[in-house]
Amino acid sequence: MQQNAETNTDFEVRSLDTICVNESHLTHKWYHNLKYLLVGIAFGIVFVKAEIISWFRIQEMFRLQSFHMYGVIGSAVVVGILSVWLIRKFKVKTIYGETIEFHKKPFNKGQIYGGLLFGMGWAITGACPGPLFAQIGTGALVISVTLLSAIAGTWVYGYTREKLPH
Amino acid sequence: MSFIEMIKHPWPWYVAGPLIGLTVPVLLIIGNKTFGISSSMRHICAICLPAKIPFFNYDWKKEIWNLFFVTGITAGAVIATLFLADPEPVQISPKLAAELAGYGITDYHGLVPVQLFNWPALLTLKGFIMMVAGGFLVGFGTRYAGGCTSGHSIMGLSTLQWPSLVATCCFMAGGFIMANLLIPYILSLNF
Repeated sequence: MQQNAETNTDFEVRSLDTICVNESHLTHKWYHNLKYLLVGIAFGIVFVKAEIISWFRIQEMFRLQSFHMYGVIGSAVVVGILSVWLIRKFKVKTIYGETIEFHKKPFNKGQIYGGLLFGMGWAITGACPGPLFAQIGTGALVISVTLLSAIAGTWVYGYTREKLPH
Repeated sequence: MSFIEMIKHPWPWYVAGPLIGLTVPVLLIIGNKTFGISSSMRHICAICLPAKIPFFNYDWKKEIWNLFFVTGITAGAVIATLFLADPEPVQISPKLAAELAGYGITDYHGLVPVQLFNWPALLTLKGFIMMVAGGFLVGFGTRYAGGCTSGHSIMGLSTLQWPSLVATCCFMAGGFIMANLLIPYILSLNF
C-alpha cells in the first residue's frame, strides 16, 4: 500500500510535466542527442525569421492589431493535429522502430492560475520560454537576466508546490 | 529575387506556422519526444539546485535531449541574425507605433526593443518589472500550468487535450489583461 502511494505520487509529479512522462525506452549514446540540436537550430531560425520572438509582435497580438501570431499558432496547431492523426492512423513508428506514445495531460487548477500568470509574463517580456533562448541568440544578451529569473521562478514553483492549489 | 534574398525578408505566418507544427511529428518520429520547451528550465533546476525538493529529484539525464533542443534554438537564432538578417527595421502596426511613441519607444531596430531591455534599465523600477518580474512570471507560471505555448498550445492541442485548451485560453487572458490594462502603467513609469 505504502509502495503504491509512492508510485502514484511519482506519476502525478511526472504527469504534471509536459515531457517527463514521454520518453524513449531505449538507451542511446549521448551523440544521438545531436539530432535534437539540429531540430532546435531549424526551430530557432524560424523563430527569428518569422518574428515570433519579437516583443512588438506579441504586443500586436494581445492588442488585436495584427493577425500574424494568430496565423502562426493556428496553422501550427492545424499541422500538428493532422500529423498526430496520421501517426495514429498509420501507426507510424520512430526511426528506432518503437511505437509512438501519447500521454494524457490530466486537468488541474494550475492550468488556470499558472496559465494566467504565464500569460502576464508573456505580454511583459514578449517571450515564452523558447523565445527567451532565441532572443539571447539574436544578441540581446540582457535577456539572459530574464531567463535566469524564469529559471528562478521555476525553482520557486518547485519549492512552494505542495502549498499551491492544484 | 534570389532564394537567399527571399529568406532574408521576414517570413509570413503561413510559412512559419506549418514549420513549427511539423516539429511535433519530427520529435515524435526521431525519438518519441513530446514537444515542450519550458521543461528545459525544470531540468536546469534539477541539475543545478535540486535542494532535496521532490519536484526536482528525478533522472534528468533521461531528459537531456531537451537541453540540446534549446541550445539549438539559441544557435539557430545566432545563425539567423548573422547570416539571414533583414536590413530593414521591424515593420509594426501603425496603431502600436503611435501608442509606443507616446512612451518614447521609437527604435524598431531589432526584435527586442533596446529602449526597454538594456543593462542600465535593470536598475530602474520599469526595467526590473519588464525583465526580472516578467521573467519570473514566465518561469513560475509555465511550470504551475504544466507547460507553455509549445507544450500546451501546440503539442497539447495537437493531441486534442481539453486541459491544454483551458491553459491556452488562460495564457491569452493573462496576456490581454497585462497588455491592455497593466502595461500602459508600467511603460509610463519613468524611474
